[in-house]
Amino acid sequence: MTGNHTAESATAGKTATVIRYAVLFTVVLMAGAFVENPYYLQVLTFIGLNVILALGLNLLMGYAGQISLGHAAFYGIGAYGTGILTANYGISPWAALILAVLLAVIIAYLVGVPTLKLSGYYLGMGTLGFGMIVHILIREWASVTGGASGLVGIPSLSLGAISFESPRNYYLLVWFTVLAVIEICRRIVCSRMGRALRSIHDSENASRAVGVNTSDLKLKVFVLSAALAALAGFFYAHFVSFISPESFGFIASVRMVTMVVIGGMASIWGALFGAVLLTVLPEVLHSFADFEMVVYGMILITVMIFMPQGLTRGVIDIYERSKKGKLQ
Amino acid sequence: MQEILQYLFSGITSGAIYAIIAVGLCLLYNSTELINFAHGEFVMLGAMGLVTLWVHCELPLPVAFVITVAGVSLFGLVFERFAIRTVKTPDPIVLVIITVGASILMRGGAMLIWGKDPMGTPTFTDLPPLELGGAMLLFQSVWILLAALVLCLALHLFFTRTLRGKAMAACAISRKAAWLAGIPAEGMILLSFMMSTGAGAVAGIFIAPVTMSSYDMGTMLGLKGFCAAMIGGLGSLWGALAGGFLLGILEAMGVGLVSSGLKDAVAFLLLLLILYVRPGGLFRATEAARF
Repeated sequence: MTGNHTAESATAGKTATVIRYAVLFTVVLMAGAFVENPYYLQVLTFIGLNVILALGLNLLMGYAGQISLGHAAFYGIGAYGTGILTANYGISPWAALILAVLLAVIIAYLVGVPTLKLSGYYLGMGTLGFGMIVHILIREWASVTGGASGLVGIPSLSLGAISFESPRNYYLLVWFTVLAVIEICRRIVCSRMGRALRSIHDSENASRAVGVNTSDLKLKVFVLSAALAALAGFFYAHFVSFISPESFGFIASVRMVTMVVIGGMASIWGALFGAVLLTVLPEVLHSFADFEMVVYGMILITVMIFMPQGLTRGVIDIYERSKKGKLQ
Repeated sequence: MQEILQYLFSGITSGAIYAIIAVGLCLLYNSTELINFAHGEFVMLGAMGLVTLWVHCELPLPVAFVITVAGVSLFGLVFERFAIRTVKTPDPIVLVIITVGASILMRGGAMLIWGKDPMGTPTFTDLPPLELGGAMLLFQSVWILLAALVLCLALHLFFTRTLRGKAMAACAISRKAAWLAGIPAEGMILLSFMMSTGAGAVAGIFIAPVTMSSYDMGTMLGLKGFCAAMIGGLGSLWGALAGGFLLGILEAMGVGLVSSGLKDAVAFLLLLLILYVRPGGLFRATEAARF
């Protein structure tokens, strides 16, 4: 894994990255220009939201090796934060964005300090418990959140004269954010911080021994991934204008983990792939809703047994091995 | 006062269930140091199995009980053989994702087989509720309490009196040393998986008559069982029993005295508190024996 990244920071890798970006950028623009069907634009927007979620969780799980089974809580905090502020109190959505993300950051900090001291199974249980508490709170605090019946009347976004009410404009808004987030994540991953994160994944004690402040770094990345989830929650709330607790429960957390696992832990482009696959699959398979859990379960088990680095990474490894075999 | 007693009774009933679930988790943790996130799903399978065999197929209760427990244990064996033993890199993060995946898979499968509607069963015996100090105790609660105590006693005897139990305890202490002494460690792990999932099924069977059984009941129960096991200090049999009762009673008091919406939040707040403050369990100070 580490070998790949040193290669990526080399010049050859740099041109490849630039090409990838150019391709992605063109694809995003072309889709924005030529896709007319509002349904397709909606699906593309959801893909963008899931990419933001997957990228955030990927930093935490894939790079730092810290599992979170309650990440939908931050998604929910972002969505409900902005929903409550704009629908109930009439605050401008952009001010609500800052407040909602700030709220997620503060909560992530307060939860992260004790939780990230845990490791392995205990961290899984701790984050799972946190996610459940937030879900219960959203469901039961009906006077503020609307309870189980959900929160309605979240306004659509607009910036000056530009209205994001049309699916095309919203699609472009979300995807430009996605491109920015991808770039931020790439810079973090290729920086000293990214290397330190990967060293925590390999051995926390060893990285502490070479002078990495592991607890501080884990907390930073946890807060960052929470902020990204809240950002996705913000876009989700203003896109669908109606939110209910079901979107932020345990299954939502598992879906996020599945995206990261498919995409390959510790791969930005893989996270993109995982998000695309898990958004498109339910749209293509009509009866998917019934099989959703079975499919996620199968994916998680098989990928983890055979390719613990994640599906994308695993497939690339197999491909490279077969190429080497041919050369010999 | 009467109300408090009533809450206490309902707390003891659910506490006994949590205790059985926690005991199952501890059994597995002791021999593999694995925490099975899918444990609650085995509880669900137990409840669903009983509903199917006893209510729908009209088998006599003891027969349905035995078939269900055996069936779920067999499922546990399959789970260990195919999903756990095949793992190349048994890091906790990998095993967490695998067991979470198994839990989602079983939940989804149960939804496809049994549908989404909750199903009820009659109580095991038609006896009227007992009246103690003005509060009512369902007779099913007596059965549940008996089940928890008998299970713990049986496991205690198994680990202290039988050769196989002692072999398993040896595996728990050091797998390599046990292997050197001629104990087939892999077989012991398989056995502890079967016992753990079997205990889960027992919990499911006994809880079926007091709550409705549905495909999604397992996650919550599994987490509460884990919470109880953590309170008792993971790995200790009697600690798990005490932790289960403590959690059940606190939860019932929370429901009765504060709000019923908070029922599930109590367990998780307690879980987080325990994880942060005393990860070794409440009773670790007295150095509880592992078995």
